[in-house]
Amino acid sequence: MKIRNEENMANIADDSTEVEEDTQKDRFLTFTLGKECYGIEIKYVTEIIGIQAITEIPELPPYMKGIINLRGKIIPVMDVRIRFKKEPKEYNDRTCIIVFDIDDMSIGLIVDSVAEVLTISEEDIVDPPKMNSIFNNGYIKKIGKVGNDVKLLLDCEKLLSENELETIGEAL
Amino acid sequence: MSDQYTNEPLLDMFLFETSQLIEQLEQSVLISEQENCFTEDAINEIFRIMHTIKGSAAMMMFDNIASLAHAMEDLFFYLRKENPKEIDCSAISDLVLEGVDFIKNEVNKIQNNDLVDGNSDTLINKINECLNNLKQINITSLNETISLDETIPLNEIKPIDKTDVLNDLYIAKGTKYNNEFKAIIHFDDDCEMENIHAFSVINKLKKITSEFSYIPADIIDCDESIEVIRNEGFQIYLKSDESYENISNFFMRTIFLKELELVQFKNEDEQKPSCKNNQVLAQKCPIKLANAGDTVKIKNEQIEKETSSSTAQQSIISVNVAKLDKLMDLVGEMVIAETMVLRNPDLQGLELSNFKKSANQLTKITTEIQDIVMSVRMVPLSITFNKMHRIVRDMCKKLDKEVQLEIIGSETEVDKNIIEHISDPLMHLVRNAIDHGIDTDEERQQKGKPIAGVVTLEAKNVGSDVLIIVKDDGMGLNRSKILKKAKENNLIYKDEDDMSDNEVFNLILLPGFSTNDKVTEFSGRGVGMDVVAKNIESVGGTVSIESIEDKGTTITMKIPLTLAIIDGMNIKIGDSCYTIPTMSIKEFFKPNEDDIFTDPDGNEMIMVRGQCYQIRRLHEMYKANVSTTDFSDGILIMVEQNDKIACLFADELLGQQQVVVKSLPKYIQSFKKTKGLAGCTLLGDGSISLILDVSNIFSF
Repeated sequence: MKIRNEENMANIADDSTEVEEDTQKDRFLTFTLGKECYGIEIKYVTEIIGIQAITEIPELPPYMKGIINLRGKIIPVMDVRIRFKKEPKEYNDRTCIIVFDIDDMSIGLIVDSVAEVLTISEEDIVDPPKMNSIFNNGYIKKIGKVGNDVKLLLDCEKLLSENELETIGEAL
Repeated sequence: MSDQYTNEPLLDMFLFETSQLIEQLEQSVLISEQENCFTEDAINEIFRIMHTIKGSAAMMMFDNIASLAHAMEDLFFYLRKENPKEIDCSAISDLVLEGVDFIKNEVNKIQNNDLVDGNSDTLINKINECLNNLKQINITSLNETISLDETIPLNEIKPIDKTDVLNDLYIAKGTKYNNEFKAIIHFDDDCEMENIHAFSVINKLKKITSEFSYIPADIIDCDESIEVIRNEGFQIYLKSDESYENISNFFMRTIFLKELELVQFKNEDEQKPSCKNNQVLAQKCPIKLANAGDTVKIKNEQIEKETSSSTAQQSIISVNVAKLDKLMDLVGEMVIAETMVLRNPDLQGLELSNFKKSANQLTKITTEIQDIVMSVRMVPLSITFNKMHRIVRDMCKKLDKEVQLEIIGSETEVDKNIIEHISDPLMHLVRNAIDHGIDTDEERQQKGKPIAGVVTLEAKNVGSDVLIIVKDDGMGLNRSKILKKAKENNLIYKDEDDMSDNEVFNLILLPGFSTNDKVTEFSGRGVGMDVVAKNIESVGGTVSIESIEDKGTTITMKIPLTLAIIDGMNIKIGDSCYTIPTMSIKEFFKPNEDDIFTDPDGNEMIMVRGQCYQIRRLHEMYKANVSTTDFSDGILIMVEQNDKIACLFADELLGQQQVVVKSLPKYIQSFKKTKGLAGCTLLGDGSISLILDVSNIFSF
């Protein structure tokens, strides 16, 4: 009777969210840093905004540029160039901030420019070559092949969690 | 089986209601215990609470809670009815409190979506034992009238299990049952929501038989069914192989049962008209389409009914805290948006008298809204304070001390967020006061103090702060003991003789300090006062200690009324804007170069009106790029925190503004290097300003 009915409704609701997640499957937002093209899973991305005024916070690692005000929400921004130990580059009108949500935290990534949203099916995704641990910093989770191009797929969790280890290391 | 029928709004209501009732119950039990007798009012109240909990728990099918509540209800039913002279008040209190703890535990489990598996049988047996003892002691006054109500709910579960097994057999046999019954159930007059109770009867009935019909038919969907059940009783026609006695027993277990008519039919003919009757009645209630929206509506109506019965007494509704937080955020946004509009650069230099008038009106209203929203979030401290009664009671029993808890000013209100932060420290302080503070009975006699120690909890408003004072009349703090202990732990950094009493007492707030030699159940693990101090500091408060040996100790917590909106002074350091809480600013001035001097270590100091203060250069502390570091180009801001004073050197003052405090993003906080910052705020132009944490400036 009633209760059964409600269960059905709940099931339907569940189904619809699953469908929604399905459409995001295998889809990646790609952006460029210098010559390389990177991708992050679209399900993490909430929006892309142009570069805006960043408030610096003292005593943060250099790659953490500070915080921005996104419609009343304060979110930290990270310069991915510096994070990957590349030469910092002056921000211009192509520079973008990719805002993504992970574990209830919002964070902005400053990138040179945003390219496009691509579908890369699972068979086109391969593991990165096993390298000496010194070279392999682990930010690249997988490598996707699109035509002749190669997209480096980022591990978002790693991008954030890594610094905590560093901080603890420094504290010791 | 419980989870099969849980539906969120009802469950929420149940959890909320039950935990409130339990708290109320705890209070009245403690008061009764103190007076060493159960007054009529108290017994009635406890009985009523147990009755309500029993009803709602049974409705939600938490049988262990329901049966426990039932047992306690029986006990108090007896007390109410017989009013026996010889009662062991503290034993009953112990029992009830044990029951309270059990229910609290179960409610917690429900909240965490854990399996509600607590077994209340032993407790129920204890209660029944107690009840029987009581009856024996007061045998003279024993009547027959209560015999019916004394059915021990323990056996509620077993017969059902048995029939459960039998049930399968019946189905295998086919639908032919031998016996037919008609039952009319009347519920208690004040039990409310008769339809829900009827529904749970039907649910249980399903286990016994599959052939039955009932009037009114759509008990859950149709509100009029309540009236029908109330007036005419709930009629059930069923076929079963069970004997008359078994069926009768089954119905007798119904919660809130007032009257039961059970008739056994001889043949099928008599049931047929009843089916017709059923349809007629069912048509009277318009049959609604069974969709989800409908259920929601009905649930709402149920909740409304529940609240409306309580609104008769007090016009209070419960609101989700998350909604209040959201509202608070929105008001904060609105305050910012308002300044954005009113101080819009486009308006500069324009003479707009009408605009100004309207703008003033707007400002007035927003300030008012802000005040109201703040006051909505204010909660009196009484709930937190009253929780301490239980702690005092338990500790007195364990430690064999006699301690009275006095509460003053519990109506003082503070922000909900702050309450959450102070309840743990408060508990700790009360425990400390009883465990370490109050001396033993013999010691008290020797010192000529009354045997019963007194712990006083006091709250009062002082300006924009609230003072919470925990005072005991125990042995006080021992200066030399503290010094000795501090030396052992290398906590002393200056000459002992130079330290004032206050400085010595504040040593106990340092991490890793505990003077109690033995670790007891309640306190003395060396993590104590420093955690208290840290908790209080995290909400921007301070802790101070006063003590007189043999007279007692007073610990004062000073906490701000609210965290969300503060008066702030915006200053400029390099390119960035910082905000200092106006509260901690004493004065600001352009320094005179002649007054500034430097000691050999390079520390800069300034002489102001014969007093010497240290100077902290903010641009050095916050690593800002500034064009000039000349004192004559900037400004000095004198700040005070915890009786410590320092002068901060900034580039320029930007002006005062009410700011909405936002915490730094979690991710930034994870770097743990931002200790000089209390948070951030949005300025009128949408840019971000960082709020200085003045208390941390001194520890830089």
